[in-house]
Amino acid sequence: MEFTFTEDQAAVIAAVKEFCDEDLAPKAQETDEAGCWPAANVGKLGELDLMGIPVPEEYGGLGMDFLTWTAVGEELSRACTTTGAVYGAHMLCVYPILHFGTEEQKRKHLLPLAKGQHIGAFGLTEPNAGSDAAAVATKAVKDGDHYLLNGSKIFITNGGEAETYVIITSSDPSKGVRGLAAFIVEKGTPGFEFGKNERKMAYSSLPNRELIFTDCRVPKENLLGREGGGFLVAMRTLGVGRIGMAVGAVGLARAALEAAVPYSRQRHQFGKPISSFQAIQFMLSDMATELDAARLLTWRAAWLKDQNQPFEKEAAMAKLYASEAAMRITTKAVQIFGGYGYTKDFPVERYMREAKLFEIVEGTSEIQRLVIANHVIRELGG
Amino acid sequence: MNIVACVKQVPETTEVRIDPKTNALIREKGIINPFDENAVEAALQLKEAHGGKVSVVCMGPPQAEEMLRGCLAMGADEAYLICDPAVRGSDTLATSYTLALAVRKLGDVDLILCGKQAIDGDTGQVGPGLAERLGYPQVTFAISLEMVENKLRARRVLDDFYEVLEVKLPAVVTVVKQINEPRHPSMKNVLKAKRAEIITWTAADLEADLTQTGFDGSPTQVIQVWPPEKRAGGQVLEGEPDEIAGQLAEIIRGMQIAVG
Repeated sequence: MEFTFTEDQAAVIAAVKEFCDEDLAPKAQETDEAGCWPAANVGKLGELDLMGIPVPEEYGGLGMDFLTWTAVGEELSRACTTTGAVYGAHMLCVYPILHFGTEEQKRKHLLPLAKGQHIGAFGLTEPNAGSDAAAVATKAVKDGDHYLLNGSKIFITNGGEAETYVIITSSDPSKGVRGLAAFIVEKGTPGFEFGKNERKMAYSSLPNRELIFTDCRVPKENLLGREGGGFLVAMRTLGVGRIGMAVGAVGLARAALEAAVPYSRQRHQFGKPISSFQAIQFMLSDMATELDAARLLTWRAAWLKDQNQPFEKEAAMAKLYASEAAMRITTKAVQIFGGYGYTKDFPVERYMREAKLFEIVEGTSEIQRLVIANHVIRELGG
Repeated sequence: MNIVACVKQVPETTEVRIDPKTNALIREKGIINPFDENAVEAALQLKEAHGGKVSVVCMGPPQAEEMLRGCLAMGADEAYLICDPAVRGSDTLATSYTLALAVRKLGDVDLILCGKQAIDGDTGQVGPGLAERLGYPQVTFAISLEMVENKLRARRVLDDFYEVLEVKLPAVVTVVKQINEPRHPSMKNVLKAKRAEIITWTAADLEADLTQTGFDGSPTQVIQVWPPEKRAGGQVLEGEPDEIAGQLAEIIRGMQIAVG
C-alpha cells in the first residue's frame, strides 16, 4: 500500500492547482453562464500540457500515468466543472487511439490531440442505443478504399467543437455487438454535420451535440481496430470514461464541501456559528467521509489501469459511488447554505444541478450496478 | 539578448514571523516577490521576441531553490542562488553590491530586470542601487518595454503621468505589476525544472569584500519591527432597524462624546 504521490506527480498536481486557483476558479461562474464554448480555458489546457497526460512523449503527451490524469482532473473539476468535463470527454478520444491505433493513426491523430491542438470527442450514444450498444444503428458500409457512414449520434460532449471523433458504428448488423466497428472521423469530412446542441439542466457552456452522418466517406485507414472490434473499443473506452466521470464527481463534491465548511463557520444563528451545531457537523462529516471514499475508489481504479490489471468492476464502483456521493454532498451543501444556497448568488445550487449529470452519463447508476453485479456473481457465485 | 531577472523570496503575507534578536524576517515558506515574477515574465517575452537567454538570480536561503525552480518552469534558462551566511542580513546597499558582483560574473549581460520593489521590505532601492553599482542607466516603474533598433524604449508609470524613456543597453529596469500577466508553467517545463541544476554561488565565488556584505556591510539596522495591533472586533447590533437605531443612539449617548 502506498498512499503518496511521486515527486513528479506532486509537482504537476501542485502546478495545476495553482493554475486552477488563479485562472479557472475565479471565473467558473462566468464560464458557466456564458453559454458558449470555454475556448480560453481549453486553450490553456493545451498550453499547459494537460491534454495528453498519459500519452507517451513521442506522441506529444506528457508520458505520465492515468493516476496523474485522475488527480489533475479532480483539480480542474473542483475549479470549473465545465472545463473538467471537456478534459474528461477529450480522453474518450485520446485513449482509444492510444490503445487501439496503428502507428500511422497515432502520428496523424493522437499527436495533435495530446498537444491540445485538436480537441477530441467520442460517439456511441444514439436515440435508441446507449446502454444497449448492440442496438447501434449508425452503419458503416465498405466502399472501395472508404467506408460510407450513415446515421446519427446524440448528446456528444465536445461535439461541434472537437476536431477528432471516435465513432462506434455497425458494419454488420446481423452480428450485434460483434458487428461493431470504430472509426476516427475528422471534423470537416463531407457528409459529417452537427445537429442540435442540447439545452440542459446544467453545463450550459458544454456542448452536447447531435452528430449526423449522411453518406460520409471515411478512408479505410481510419478504421480503429478491426471490423467487429468496435465493441471492445467502446467498452475499453467506457472503462476509462467511468474513471473520468468519477473524477469529475469527486472534484465537484470537493468544491461543494470546500464551500460549505467556511460558510458554516461564518454563518451565525442563535449567537453561534452554525458549524458549532451537531446537525451541521454530522452533515460535514458525512460529506468529508464520502468524498474521501469516492476519491480512494477512483484512485484505485486508475492505479489498476496503470498496472495493466483489469479495472472494469473497480471503475464501475468508483463511478457509481462517486456520482451518488456527489449528489448527496452537493445537496447537503445547499442545505447548509439554507435559503442562500437556493439562490444564484452562491455556487452550491449549480453544483447540485451539475452533480445529477454524473448519475446518468457514461452508464447510469443502474447500469453500473449491473456491471458490478455481473462481476461479483461471477467471482463469488461458486 | 542576454537578460538577467533578479528575484527575491518573500514570506506569504499570511505567515510573517520576525526574529526577535535581529529583527529580520524569518524566511521559512516563501513565494516569489510578485513584482519579480512580472520581471521574469517580461524577460521571457523579450527573449521570445529577440532570442537570447534568461538567467534568474536570487540572493537568499537554500529554501529559495524551490522558487527558482518555479522561474525555470516558467521558461528561464538558468538559475543562480547566492547563498552564504556572509550575505545574511544585507540591507539594500549590501544586496545591490552582491547582486552587482553576480551580474558581472555572468559577464555578457544586456538587460537586468527587477520588480519595482519587494512586498516585504517595500524599499524599491535594490534595482536603482544595482544600476548605480554597475554604472548602467536605469528605468524604474516600467509598464511596457520594447526594443526600438538597438535601444530599449520603456514606458514608466508615475503618479500623475506616463513617461517614455529610451535607454542604451546594458541597462537596469524595474517593472510594475501591470506590465504583464505572468504565465503558468507547462507541465513539461515543471518536470524539466525539477531536474534542472540550480547553480549556487557563495560570497567567495563572487570574490566579495565581506565588509560590504551581510550585517557588516549594511549601514541600515532595523531597530524594531512589530505586527500592527489587531483591531478588536466591533459590536454588532441585531434586530429591526427601529430597534437598532434606538440601541445605537443609547450607545452614542453613553460614550459621552461632546456634541455640538
